[in-house]
Amino acid sequence: MIKRALVFFLGIAVLAGSAMALSLNGAGATFPYPLYSKWFSVYKNQSGVQVNYAPIGSGGGIRQFTAGVVDFGGTDAFMTDGEIDAASNDVIHIPTVAGAVAVVTNIGVGGLKLDGETLAAIFLGGIKKWNDPKIAELNPGVNFPDKNILVVHRSDSSGTSDIFTNYLAKVSSKWASQVGAGKSVAWPTGVGGKGNPGVAGAVKNNEGSIGYVEEAYAETNQLDMTAIKNKAGKYVLPSVAGTISAMAAGVSKIPADFRGNILNQAGKSTYPICGLTWLVVHQKQRNAEKSAALKAMLTWALNDGKKYAAELFYAPLPENLKNKVLKVVNSIE
Amino acid sequence: MENGQPRSFKIRKIKEKVFLAATMLATLAAIVPLFSLLTYVVIKGISSINLDFFLHCPVPVGESGGGMANAMVGTFIIVSIGCLFSIPIGVLGGLWLAEWGKGKRGFYIRYAVDVMAGFPTIVFGIFAYMLFVLTMKRFSAIAGGFALALVMLPYITKTTEEMVRMVPRSLKESALALGLPEWKVMIFVVLRSAWSGIFTGIMLAVARAAGETAPLLFTAFNNMYWNFRLDQPMASMTVQIYNYAISPFEEWNNLAWAGSLTLVSIILFITLFVRKFSRRVTYG
Amino acid sequence: MNNVAIKYTNRGDRWFQAVAFLLAASIPVIFLTIFAMLLWQARESIFQFGFGFIFSSAWDPVKNQYGALPFIYGTLISSLIALVLAVPLGIGTAIFISELAPAWCKEWIATTVDLLAAIPSVVYGLWGVFVLGPIFGLSMLCAGVILAIMILPTICAVSREVMQAVPNSLRESARAMGATQWEMIKTAVLPTAASGIIGSIVLGLGRAIGETMAVTMVIGNRPSISLSIFDPGYSLSAVLANEFAEASSNLNFSVMVEIALILLVFAVIVNGLARLFIWKMVSQDHSR
Repeated sequence: MIKRALVFFLGIAVLAGSAMALSLNGAGATFPYPLYSKWFSVYKNQSGVQVNYAPIGSGGGIRQFTAGVVDFGGTDAFMTDGEIDAASNDVIHIPTVAGAVAVVTNIGVGGLKLDGETLAAIFLGGIKKWNDPKIAELNPGVNFPDKNILVVHRSDSSGTSDIFTNYLAKVSSKWASQVGAGKSVAWPTGVGGKGNPGVAGAVKNNEGSIGYVEEAYAETNQLDMTAIKNKAGKYVLPSVAGTISAMAAGVSKIPADFRGNILNQAGKSTYPICGLTWLVVHQKQRNAEKSAALKAMLTWALNDGKKYAAELFYAPLPENLKNKVLKVVNSIE
Repeated sequence: MENGQPRSFKIRKIKEKVFLAATMLATLAAIVPLFSLLTYVVIKGISSINLDFFLHCPVPVGESGGGMANAMVGTFIIVSIGCLFSIPIGVLGGLWLAEWGKGKRGFYIRYAVDVMAGFPTIVFGIFAYMLFVLTMKRFSAIAGGFALALVMLPYITKTTEEMVRMVPRSLKESALALGLPEWKVMIFVVLRSAWSGIFTGIMLAVARAAGETAPLLFTAFNNMYWNFRLDQPMASMTVQIYNYAISPFEEWNNLAWAGSLTLVSIILFITLFVRKFSRRVTYG
Repeated sequence: MNNVAIKYTNRGDRWFQAVAFLLAASIPVIFLTIFAMLLWQARESIFQFGFGFIFSSAWDPVKNQYGALPFIYGTLISSLIALVLAVPLGIGTAIFISELAPAWCKEWIATTVDLLAAIPSVVYGLWGVFVLGPIFGLSMLCAGVILAIMILPTICAVSREVMQAVPNSLRESARAMGATQWEMIKTAVLPTAASGIIGSIVLGLGRAIGETMAVTMVIGNRPSISLSIFDPGYSLSAVLANEFAEASSNLNFSVMVEIALILLVFAVIVNGLARLFIWKMVSQDHSR
């Protein structure tokens, strides 16, 4: 009897729940998470729609989106043709913002300078100590400790890793042939942190470590960032301006479906390790209510959301790109 | 035999003292980590506990005033769903094992219960993911509740069987002799008299389930907002503590400690309360 | 009871017994279903990699190469470290509580050790990251130490029970023959309780194998085999916690499920062994 009553209440609860406000579920990249969490909090206050985004990494976002478990996925690595196929060939990539991947260190040295080759050598495990001559060469006058370098990479499938490894593959043929690029690679050395937060935490807590995180995580945790040599030969620290510069230089090469990268672009103040981050959605939604809700949310994000981007260390899309994206958003049915 | 004691006896006495001291040291070494842990949890947790913590949901990175209110309610809801599944099966199953489970069938069922008690709980999460999340095409509190039910089930079953076994035969037989049908005897006499022990087992299983994280990681998932819908992702204290703990943001780490303090207090309270008021139940 | 049972033609009784049986029987059904589903979802990985999966330490998602050896190694080594630390401490504590502690503190020491078992794994992980991490680094050793603390209550509680079940007559006869207290423990209590103590150790091992959260927070998450315990490692349960939800391809998903299956099989075998030792102890007890 009690059992029956409980089942009855369960049914009522589920029914009652369905009558409440619509909510959207998304999951994916930790790269833009500080910005998305701000967006969705503001959006909830303005529109009453709950957008629940879980930062589980780009790989997780793509996986759960493909399995139909979430309404949209967040990823900094655009889906490959094979992945799109697996998602019933009905995927739109909506770039939201661009961000910089900062190389962060914990050796008490600010403004460290590294170039692509040396960076790759460190992550390959070729350069093992901080006082290695190759590092000293690029940083005359800096006193490096005689400490082992602890490499920190991602333990989960990550779009940030995808951006970073693609950069390393571009600037180091050794990396390209030995490891390659992707959301998840066979890291030759180091420990794994879960998500951007995990890597930032690991670098923060371990002296002598080096890792890569989205700029926002480096800034909010006051981690020392590295100046990377860009295509023009200048050493540039990550910054919103540097990211905007990269986008300006690379926007013309971004294809119509927005699956492109903005790595190693030209320009004196361009930061070389930048990437777009996308929300992936199905063009054909399950019902009209969801479709309208998604369109409204994406439109808001691109128009209104961009004013929060810069202060949280992300670069909003340039106007012409944004308009192209809005057109695509409108095609969601 | 100079001092009245043979030398070999002295050596034996020394050996005894050494080993006794060793066991005392072992006990100390066993207790020290507990105290260290509790001290950290209390000290770091208390400084971050405030009204906000109990009333608010998580806030974006960098903002203050976040809390774990939705996670606390979420844990309660998810564990309740688990109870819904596991109590009926566990209690009636345990009753069956005690009353009618002497043969081969009983042997196999008992064996399955014992083995399930030792499953890594993440496997239950994976099972619930395949059964509920993939089919319903969403993360949900129900999936999480089901996973927790599997965690609780073996314990509730075993405790019930043990407790029912301890009900004196005379009680059952006199009720039967009075003409009551057997099924009524089972429910109103046997279960009733074993009830305090069974309740203990249920509460201990609940305390255990409330502290589980792995089964919820990909079933109930997590949620930043208030949510009472059972077919949507739901926040839970353990998953939230985990997310906050591995993040680099100090405010979030503090919330992790505060959450740990709350959760550990609840669990310890249940465990101690239940132990005090009933016989000790062994799961070994 | 069964030979006193009267065959009721009362429908209520038959229904009730049937329902109770169905519910009881659902447990082995669930048990078997879990195995079946895991096997089914892991089939792609099993077909692709076959038996060599267990012995391969390749882990390259880009090239679709997977092997479970680093995780198996990690699970075994971290559990071994945990046993090396927890067995002497756990048995020592059990001896102290059951034989040596004065009556007034027996109960509260026992309760304190049992409380260790009630603390959630994630809270252990939180404490481990900030307190043990700086000491041991994110490494296999750190994971082993945390596991030791977590399985100690299991070893202690079960050992204590079996020791307390040793009849006092054995103790008294040893003392009567002039044994010191330690000698009495060594010759009368421990050998009698031996089977149960071994069972408690194996049970502790079973718990260590399945432990997930605390391990994943301190082990360093590095899928490679290293002979130094100061190096980071990975374990079967930790890789599941980190990477199950994000298996990027169907093969990757299948690999994850196969890892879960391997973990489950390990846990079942170890726990089954533990039960054997403890049942032997219990039946010894009953035949007294």
